[in-house]
Amino acid sequence: MAEKLMKFSEAVKKYDPVIGLETHVELSTNTKLFCPAHIEFGGEPNTQLTPVSLGLPGSLPVINKTAVDYAIKLGLALHCEIAEWSQFARKNYFYPDMPRDYQISQYDKPTNGNGYLDVELDDGSIFRVPIERAHIEDDAGKNTHIGGADGRIEGADHSLVDYNRAGVPLIEIVTKPIEGVGDRAAEIAGAYMRTLRDIVRALNISHARMEQGNMRADVNVSLRPSPSDPYGTRSETKNVNSFRGIEKTITYEIRRQAARLDEGKEILQETRHWDESTQTTAGGRLKTDADDYRYFPDPDLVMLHITKEHIAEIAAEMPEMPRERRNRLQKEWGLSDLQMRDIINADALDLIEETVKAGAKAAGARKWWLGELSREANKKEVSLEELPITPADVAEVEKLIASGKLNDKLAKQTVAGVLAGEGTPDEVVKKHGYKIVEDTGAIEAAVDEALAANPDVAEKLKSGNMKPMGVIIGAVMKATRGQADAKAVTKIVMSKVKG
Amino acid sequence: MTNATELVKLSAAEMAAKLKAKEVSSRELTEAHLAVIDKAEPTVDAFLKVAAESALAEADAFDAKNAKGETEGLPELAGVPIAIKDMIVTKGIETTAASKILEGWVPPYDATVISKIKAAGMPILGKTNLDEFAQGSSTEHSAYKTTKNPWDAERVPGGSGGGSASAVGAFEAPIALGTDTGGSIRQPGAFTGTVGVKPTYGGVSRFGAIAMASSLDQIGPVSRTVLDSALLHEVIGGHDKRDSTSIPREVPPVVAAAREGLKMDLTGLKVGLVKELSGDGFQADVEARFNESVKLLEGMGAEVVEVSCPHFPAALGAYYIIMPSEVSSNLARYDGMRYGLRVMPPADVPQTAANMMAYTREAGFGDEVKRRIILGTYALSAGYYDAWYGSAQKVRTLVIEDFKNAFEKVDVLVSPTAPTTAFKFGEKTADPITMYLGDVTTIPANMGGVPAMSIPAGLGDDGMPVGFQFFAPQMQDEKMYKPAAALEAALENQWGGPIWNKLNTPWLAD
Repeated sequence: MAEKLMKFSEAVKKYDPVIGLETHVELSTNTKLFCPAHIEFGGEPNTQLTPVSLGLPGSLPVINKTAVDYAIKLGLALHCEIAEWSQFARKNYFYPDMPRDYQISQYDKPTNGNGYLDVELDDGSIFRVPIERAHIEDDAGKNTHIGGADGRIEGADHSLVDYNRAGVPLIEIVTKPIEGVGDRAAEIAGAYMRTLRDIVRALNISHARMEQGNMRADVNVSLRPSPSDPYGTRSETKNVNSFRGIEKTITYEIRRQAARLDEGKEILQETRHWDESTQTTAGGRLKTDADDYRYFPDPDLVMLHITKEHIAEIAAEMPEMPRERRNRLQKEWGLSDLQMRDIINADALDLIEETVKAGAKAAGARKWWLGELSREANKKEVSLEELPITPADVAEVEKLIASGKLNDKLAKQTVAGVLAGEGTPDEVVKKHGYKIVEDTGAIEAAVDEALAANPDVAEKLKSGNMKPMGVIIGAVMKATRGQADAKAVTKIVMSKVKG
Repeated sequence: MTNATELVKLSAAEMAAKLKAKEVSSRELTEAHLAVIDKAEPTVDAFLKVAAESALAEADAFDAKNAKGETEGLPELAGVPIAIKDMIVTKGIETTAASKILEGWVPPYDATVISKIKAAGMPILGKTNLDEFAQGSSTEHSAYKTTKNPWDAERVPGGSGGGSASAVGAFEAPIALGTDTGGSIRQPGAFTGTVGVKPTYGGVSRFGAIAMASSLDQIGPVSRTVLDSALLHEVIGGHDKRDSTSIPREVPPVVAAAREGLKMDLTGLKVGLVKELSGDGFQADVEARFNESVKLLEGMGAEVVEVSCPHFPAALGAYYIIMPSEVSSNLARYDGMRYGLRVMPPADVPQTAANMMAYTREAGFGDEVKRRIILGTYALSAGYYDAWYGSAQKVRTLVIEDFKNAFEKVDVLVSPTAPTTAFKFGEKTADPITMYLGDVTTIPANMGGVPAMSIPAGLGDDGMPVGFQFFAPQMQDEKMYKPAAALEAALENQWGGPIWNKLNTPWLAD
């Protein structure tokens, strides 16, 4: 049943949206949060297990110190207060993917509390997102439902459980209610998520690949008539796993809730799901009889003691934060604000930086990633980093151009070869025999032929009208199968017509 | 070779000495105990599982080492067989916690204490009976069998560790491991005339002890002499990285303290009688035996004073909030998904995971376990948490304070281990509260995290053993071993031999 929607511009005129984001970031530690089971994405089901991660009788959790250090790093980056004493609590509920039937999380004594994150919006302004907490918890396993139409539990005849993910460390970053977002609600949420992703990557604490589920968000949206009113009832859209999905969820929920409120209907406190195929959110579980997770301190784990000295040690080793880095690179590369924002929006900063590090000039690197390669990524509907070409490959192509071994046309063909899986740029060049014809004799012969075939053009060139030069270059290129260097051809033509 | 009956009547320390002198082999010791198990089990029912084959293999492995003189560095008890409460996981030996829900579960790993026992070359005779998931004070709540008290087959052996206590009391094993959450080692010790020790919380790794109430559970020794418990304590104690609540310190020098105690000189020792653990509800003969033992302590030079621990009486109520709260969470994992029992719902009920879990738990847990899960679930519920769990934790803090204050005045505290001697089967099962009240003497040690132990102090008017309890300060377990060993020696002098000389053991007759 399609829900009624209000026009977005009207909805945000009539109502003040308040949003909130609960983001789960999967940490990239080698082992799980409470046992030494190895973690690897895509392993055979149920192979990354110990008695602890399977919740066997008698097994006990022991905290992974690296995960705690990662949490402290994130806490520092989010300007949080880092608790000297924090505590793990059990969140009790029965579910097949929970080996102990309780999750070990943090409740009233989280490691990180009360911070903020400044995010840059499209117009260059800064919006401060208030952070409630960033706590440590372990992930559940993964259910796969078999026999249903679309992999959902409805209609499935049985389910398989893979406990490899059970016990993988997560940090859940919970914002305070974000007020004053108005018609920029979706943009702010998107900018917040991207900034958070950049920070997490800069800290090197997570792969932060949304498509692999390393990062996923629960999106809360509520409306109220005006900023002076109390918060309205919120909907919670669970586990949205793309930036665009998050932005669209917010826009959709604002429109849906506004339409309901306009009709005098109440907003249900419920969990919803973002459906990519219909571009809508669908209602899920009602939360009216508030879930009782019977939280209590986990008696198997002593309180976590984080000393000021330890925080200072970690603070001293903090890497450059994304915004500082962006400013530095913009200066180094000599780019305008607009050019830099294009790079950010294309998610190409890391790629360009790596390409430059691999020996390319900034302008060349930028041209490839924002031009040819962005088009290719759009066409294939993948992210730039998912393209089968590395920054080192791009740098290699640039070097071949700089050394005069390839011209633009051949370079494009080489890149196409790399994308087609034909190997590294060198291998592609060798395979196809791409090379600029340096034999001036051959080029001269081709030029002579072209001038002879186009006497009118030769006349114009002689009289100083350079416009038809392209005709001759085109003919020469054709004759040399594109392997001539356009500049060299021009030079020869000029010497011939003037000589 | 000494005959089997004489062998099994030795203390573990004496067995160890004979092994060292090569007067006996580990196989002979193991076979002797297996033979007693064969004969005693129809009467005693202490074991859920006898692991004869693996025990003999472990014995042979030790004997081979011993023959080659490769036992250097092994603990004194190396080669001495042992029984294990079925609450502790043993790789390759079915472990059930006496519950139907774990029937047939064979653990793929060893508890830390089991790894240590195996490294010491100590053959594991089998797994002993208990109240289901260690929940009970009489072993009547086992889903499999009822263990009898070797002193009177119509009486309970105590609980939850009735199996380990009866096995040691009946000479089916020289020593055993138990777990003590509210008295499950000490109270069965008192009821069967054996020695039972609950070490300092965190002194022995809990890794591999099936959790009942994590903040209270502790593994400890069961034996017939104080020295044997001390020797076993040193085998199993010490820091374990796999248990976050394990204390990163060396095992206290309990063996040296027990040996020192055998000299029977307690000059300078200050002993505190816990005022609150006497009077109403305590059997007169239990108090009489207790007072006689106190006199013996004084006779050996100890200074005895009365000490008040005003919050001990409240500890019982707080314990029966905290323990079931943790139980309700710890036992959630038995849901039929991964191991143990699985019961599918009947055909007219939707075949969902949630229904399977519900039917499995309904069929797999006994009444006492269900009672505690329900109590704990309630106590942790939103809106009740502060009133129940929160208040109980405050009482716990006060109990810890009581111990702290008391140990500023005295070296050890003493009390009867249990208010009564062993009761008859069925006497208390109808009224759980009466059963719970019997734990009043043992619970303070668990709530306070301090070590405590029970030793036999004679027989009551009913001919059943009476237990005498020592408490010591945290991580100073040795402080109770010295007076306990001294009292044991003084009592034996008085009786003209150990208490079990008075025990009728028809199963040992040839």
